[in-house]
Amino acid sequence: MGTIDQLISKVSSKGVEGFAGIWEDEHQFVEAARKTRESGVEGFEAISPFPLHGIDEAMGIPRSFIPWVTFFAGLTGGTFGLWFTWWTSAVNWPINIAGKPMWSLPAFIPIIFELTILFGALSSVGALIYICGLPKVDPPVIDPDLSCHKFGLFVPKTAKGFDQQKLTDLFNQMGALEVKETRF
Amino acid sequence: MIKRRPLVLGSKTYKDITDDICELVETFPPMKFFATLLSANFLFLIFVLAQGAIVFKGMGLMGVNHPVGWGTDIVTFVFWIGIGHAGTLISAVLFLFRQKWRTSIARTAEAMTVFAVMTAGLFPILHTGRPWLAYWLLPYPNQRGPLWVNFRSPLVWDVFAVSTYATVSIVFWYIGMVPDLATIRDRAKNPWRKRIYGALSLGWRGTARNWNHYEMVYMLLAGLSTPLVLSVHSIVSFDFAVATLPGWHTTIFPPYFVAGAIFSGFAMVVTLMTLVRILVPKFKDYVTMDHMEAMNKIIMATGLMVGYAYGSEFFIAWYSGVEYEQYAFLNRAFGPMAWSYWIMVTCNVLIPQVFWFKSMRRNIPVMFVVSIFVNIGMWFERFVITVTSLHRDFLPSNWGMFDFTIFDIGAIVGSFGLFFTLFLLYIRALPAISIAEVKPVLNVGREGGDHGHH
Repeated sequence: MGTIDQLISKVSSKGVEGFAGIWEDEHQFVEAARKTRESGVEGFEAISPFPLHGIDEAMGIPRSFIPWVTFFAGLTGGTFGLWFTWWTSAVNWPINIAGKPMWSLPAFIPIIFELTILFGALSSVGALIYICGLPKVDPPVIDPDLSCHKFGLFVPKTAKGFDQQKLTDLFNQMGALEVKETRF
Repeated sequence: MIKRRPLVLGSKTYKDITDDICELVETFPPMKFFATLLSANFLFLIFVLAQGAIVFKGMGLMGVNHPVGWGTDIVTFVFWIGIGHAGTLISAVLFLFRQKWRTSIARTAEAMTVFAVMTAGLFPILHTGRPWLAYWLLPYPNQRGPLWVNFRSPLVWDVFAVSTYATVSIVFWYIGMVPDLATIRDRAKNPWRKRIYGALSLGWRGTARNWNHYEMVYMLLAGLSTPLVLSVHSIVSFDFAVATLPGWHTTIFPPYFVAGAIFSGFAMVVTLMTLVRILVPKFKDYVTMDHMEAMNKIIMATGLMVGYAYGSEFFIAWYSGVEYEQYAFLNRAFGPMAWSYWIMVTCNVLIPQVFWFKSMRRNIPVMFVVSIFVNIGMWFERFVITVTSLHRDFLPSNWGMFDFTIFDIGAIVGSFGLFFTLFLLYIRALPAISIAEVKPVLNVGREGGDHGHH
């Protein structure tokens, strides 16, 4: 198996088996997610074409931790910039330029600032890509309209509290357009 | 209660939004698109020929000489970098201020930023005269000592500022596009379209957990881009302000440059949006007259700031009591290059005053013409700052003149070809309005809507 094939097989996603319901009304959908969680199901996914108001509370999703990544990455970038400008200008090869001090801190602030921003921004995006499990090659799609105008709940078979009959009843009662067994 | 005006016209559903925006990517472009693209390509060809000749023969083909060592390349660099700033202002600063009207123009404004910075970045590299040695600007371990770059120099700050700005802008633009690329992937019937947009979308799935992190990163990038964009043009202004030349050595430069950048950038957004509304009539429902009016108000406000800076510079030159500083400003307004100064004042201060009238702010031909004048005026502002300060400094024996050559003109005009070629390809290849961001603001200002629950 070639390196490229190995790489592809690593990021391909066959998904897991489970049960899904599909909605067209976002308010019904958020309610359905809340009811699903209240019925004791854990580890299910809510798929929507855009970020939905209230879904985090309904599903009990905590605030993202990524600001911490940004903070420490920015701190690292700034520290690196401080060290690098000092080491190159005052230690490794100090050159007298117009009689300015070797370690001219005020003049190094722009460099330190830009490196803070650069490290912070790239690490935040890196953290997002990592935590979302991206990139994925051909992830299974429950319904192509879930990135357009429909909303879907997906409960993996392995999820805590999975009971297909109970979920069918609950989804239908909450106004689902469609329920089906699928992979995601 | 003050009624909000709808941000999206024509009682659309979520599906209509997806259909309208994806249609551009999914259909074959009409002839008028190709006609526009070919005109842009023609200008781009001029750029390639002009800069190719300059690289091949040398910088002597351009107007730069002693004492005016910074000419068209530097002026045009500052011009394009400034254009880019409005895109970041719309996508990041207006986002932090929760200005919902930004959503339908943010994607295109960010694209403008990316292409403007790409165009701008070429100019200082070509200005070095030996662009194949441009990597010497970076601090890398080398066999000359290692000899490091001079971190006390504003020109090195500029390398870091512009490259960071380009990187963060591209990442911000791309991350914003990922969910929309997934939408195009899910709709694709053509297997190649599915493959290409599937790869570009990184396999985005849109789960609530993913959106939770995604929204946080979007806000963080907006929060990081805001000080970044202010730093970039401040640092560009340091290229001048840190030198001791009369006309350059002033503390007003950073805010003055940033205001000018926003001013010219918004003018370019208005130019592009009027063109988009002509080329893609459907987008009139998304980029409404209210959007255009809001941008025209910003153009007028920043135009007044720039006008204030022109006056303030003159006052401080007089008030400083420094005769060289006083002469530099009198020479700008009444010397041999006074024509460029008065073009600048007319285009940047006088012409935008028509936007005091609401009927003018909401008139497409008027705003198109004004936006072109502002762009001309802002190019000449940088010309006035750079060239008129250099051509007469302290010693009359060191005075000289600057004359444009055909290669200067080719570089300026041709850079628009590069910019518009990239922009036109973007309009048809990538989702030109943020699908996932417009949907949550759909109900703003609608009868019975919940006034933007998001």
